Amino acid sequence: MTFFTTIFTFLPDLPAIIIITPLLASLLAAASGLFNRKTPFLIAAAALFISFISSIILIMQVVETGIVIEYRMAGWAAPMGIVYIIDHLSALILLVITSAAFLNFISNRKNIETEFRNKEGAFNSLYLLFTSGLIGMTATGDAFNLYVLMEIASLSGYALIGLGSNRSPLATLNYLFLGTIGATFYLLGVGYLYIATGSLNIADIASIIPTMMNSSIILFAFIICMAGLLIKMAIFPLHGWLPNAYSDCSNVSAGLIAPLTTKVTIYIMIRICLTLFSPEYTFNYLKISEFMVWLAIITIFFGSLSALAQKDYKRMLCYIIIAEVGYMVGGFFLGNRIGISGAILHIVNDAAMTLALFMAAGIFLWKTGEDSRDSLKGMFGKMPFTMAGFTLAALSVVGVPPTCGFFSKWYLISGGIAAGQYMFVAALIFSSLVNAVLFFRILEIAHFEPFKEHNHDHVYHHSHNTLLHHHQDHHDEHYETTKHNGVVKEAPLEMLIPFIAVSIMLVILGLYSGTIVANIIDFVIPAAII
Amino acid sequence: MKTLGQITVLFCGGLLLFFTSDFPDFGDANSPASLHLSPYFIENTLKDTAVPNVVTAILADYRGYDTMFETTVILTAGLACFLLLRIPKREVKSRYYLHEPTGVTLRFEGDKYPQKSDVFKRIDSNWVPYDLIINFTCRLLIHFIQIFALYVVAHGHYSPGGGFQGGVVLGASVILFAISGNLRAAIKRFGEKTAALFSAAGVFIYAGTGALCMMIGEHFLNYNFLSPLLGTDRIMARSHGIFIVEIGVAVTVMAVMIWIYYNLSSAGKQDEGL
Amino acid sequence: MEQILSFIAAKANYWAYVILLMVGLYAMIVKNNLVKKIVGMVIFQTAVILFYVSIGYKTGGTIPIIIYGDGHNSIIEPAAKAVDYINPLPHVLMLTAIVVGVATLGVALALAIKVYQEYGTLEEDEINKKIRA
Repeated sequence: MTFFTTIFTFLPDLPAIIIITPLLASLLAAASGLFNRKTPFLIAAAALFISFISSIILIMQVVETGIVIEYRMAGWAAPMGIVYIIDHLSALILLVITSAAFLNFISNRKNIETEFRNKEGAFNSLYLLFTSGLIGMTATGDAFNLYVLMEIASLSGYALIGLGSNRSPLATLNYLFLGTIGATFYLLGVGYLYIATGSLNIADIASIIPTMMNSSIILFAFIICMAGLLIKMAIFPLHGWLPNAYSDCSNVSAGLIAPLTTKVTIYIMIRICLTLFSPEYTFNYLKISEFMVWLAIITIFFGSLSALAQKDYKRMLCYIIIAEVGYMVGGFFLGNRIGISGAILHIVNDAAMTLALFMAAGIFLWKTGEDSRDSLKGMFGKMPFTMAGFTLAALSVVGVPPTCGFFSKWYLISGGIAAGQYMFVAALIFSSLVNAVLFFRILEIAHFEPFKEHNHDHVYHHSHNTLLHHHQDHHDEHYETTKHNGVVKEAPLEMLIPFIAVSIMLVILGLYSGTIVANIIDFVIPAAII
Repeated sequence: MKTLGQITVLFCGGLLLFFTSDFPDFGDANSPASLHLSPYFIENTLKDTAVPNVVTAILADYRGYDTMFETTVILTAGLACFLLLRIPKREVKSRYYLHEPTGVTLRFEGDKYPQKSDVFKRIDSNWVPYDLIINFTCRLLIHFIQIFALYVVAHGHYSPGGGFQGGVVLGASVILFAISGNLRAAIKRFGEKTAALFSAAGVFIYAGTGALCMMIGEHFLNYNFLSPLLGTDRIMARSHGIFIVEIGVAVTVMAVMIWIYYNLSSAGKQDEGL
Repeated sequence: MEQILSFIAAKANYWAYVILLMVGLYAMIVKNNLVKKIVGMVIFQTAVILFYVSIGYKTGGTIPIIIYGDGHNSIIEPAAKAVDYINPLPHVLMLTAIVVGVATLGVALALAIKVYQEYGTLEEDEINKKIRA
């Protein structure tokens, strides 16, 4: 443990390094991509690895010393300049972001090369920019800086998901409209806070707000910030953009964006409710908890029922994501310690589960070239390791111990009972049952149905209209790697190892969830909340 | 959809109008916004950074970290347009050539195009004959626009201006050239690879300066620590540091504006276009 | 009468920003043409810029460029007073917002071009018809 502290004393700039490395690497990747097709991947992978290691050191440092790390950008102290704050919560989310981005990236080397041929530089660069945007959103202590980084993450996200199937540009354009409304509402909220307090620093605003609890400007700032964030996190009436945007895009992008975007937005919501506005203001002064929990309940029911109706595996996952947003928002607005612990724990767990499911989708698609559920017939015989990992992820989404999904759901349900929100508990149990039906149906198909030979003429990325000229050579290459001549034909090791690592993480997160709650999450929640 | 839109707009608008009543009056010098942070900036900028233009100083120094990501947003947009739109030249289906001695326009399909010659001249499909007035005026203007752009970049410390404004004007001069002539002529002078390299290089100048400060001293973008390199005292080092990053911003903004224009005007073909 | 006028003068900018914001929002929700929606988006973002810049204005203040000295020996000259200059911070923030708006506009137009290449139209109802068919 002291090893990490020693490194930190040598590198006091670690809070900057964790975000500057992907930024600088994205520039190098974009430039080198003009001359060489292999180097952008290496640069990007190295940068993501450095970020990943930095986030491990940071969280060790924070957990060990219990001190909040403050880093002054440009050397200016808090209200004048921009500071980065690494506390228990942001260190945890940083670890989630960097590890998910790194694992998803290294597992998709081949997919990037085939799907974004001749544009690897730009794609890898945007991947890194998206990651650094999320890292910055998590670590920043400045309300306006948060907006800028949110826009970096959004813009690079639009580009990453805009290049997929034929329908993705339209889906992405609709996402862009809603995303812009959301971000602009957030900016407007920051403006209202600025007009009332004269400050942009989150800690500074938080120290001023208690003196003006009854101000209507502050109230409206809260409303409009939350409205913006709710659009961005796709809660029930505002969810329309998510399923199309995430299911039509390429797997590399889906594996990055689907697990992280909604979770980081929920983290921002928690940050705003707990740090910017005090819990006193959010839970006691404003009487919105009841309303938000009901919104969450409707979201859970809606997401689960819609997921039941989907034939396409990725679309089904998208509706499950919407339902999970309901879990976290509802759990947070239960307003008691157990519920908020559950919500934060579920951010981590759900990011891991969604990552595992989308990585599995990537492997299936690489293997079969199809997206429908029926394409998974007989997969257990063909790819035992992949299916083992997939089973773990599925069990975790359903909430079977000892996988991590069980433990966060346990906290959420206990919180629901403690708060007397029995409808929320019912929604959670209903959603678990629906997930059980969904995933056991897939597992059944994969286990019992005979394997079906797939028609390789319809491999999805051939429909890529911008890359038509590569049709022929590309097709042959793909065919070589996916010829079915043996009995067991696993995914390539570079895809399989990260996937198995994530699946094992699901169990480890489950087994150590008590430790995570005791050592990290307990410090996050203010003592005022019981 | 229409009624839904009207209801949403009336509801939101009513709510927003209602809450304006508690705002401090327009021009009120005693509003919280004018009393909390801004007096510090106005009264101390000269002491801290030796830059009279407070907006420039806040932009590139106090909140310089924000501005770095602002430049990155521009780069992101350039990369996004490239990734979404760019298609290789081979997919262009037909080309138009003007046979100059006779003035006949010919359309070629497939791969058989005339070799480079004095007789055939490649033209756009929506080609208009050479216009003396437009060409002459633009040729005359472009130099002055570019010199003015450099003035705007360099004079950001003392007057309204700086990297973004200067960069946009610089980019506009190249776009004006592309509009007055054709896209191919502009690409011949300022190629796509150049645009891509410049747009990455500008952010690199900015972030690299920051990283250099971090390596020499302790904080990212803390220009104080550049003073041994620049041979000035710590306050002037801030002023010079601001100028260096403004140049980075101008380079990125110029290159990305041109890059986006190339991709948008030709729908990614970069062959024909406005 | 004078009271009413001064009240209007004190709030007119904020009303104008709300109206602009709602014009943009209405276009984004209701309009059928994707380019009109994009125009609405730009108006929507511009409204916020008007709002921020209005916060920064002070009656009688001038632009925030300190006029004493040439920057070198200004330290010994009388210090600038905050009331003489308008609030610089909103202007800095809006420079960022303008840039973000331009970047979003660029990406939106790129996506619109992709949509047009795919469906041959920018009218949403026609696109929906083509998707269903």
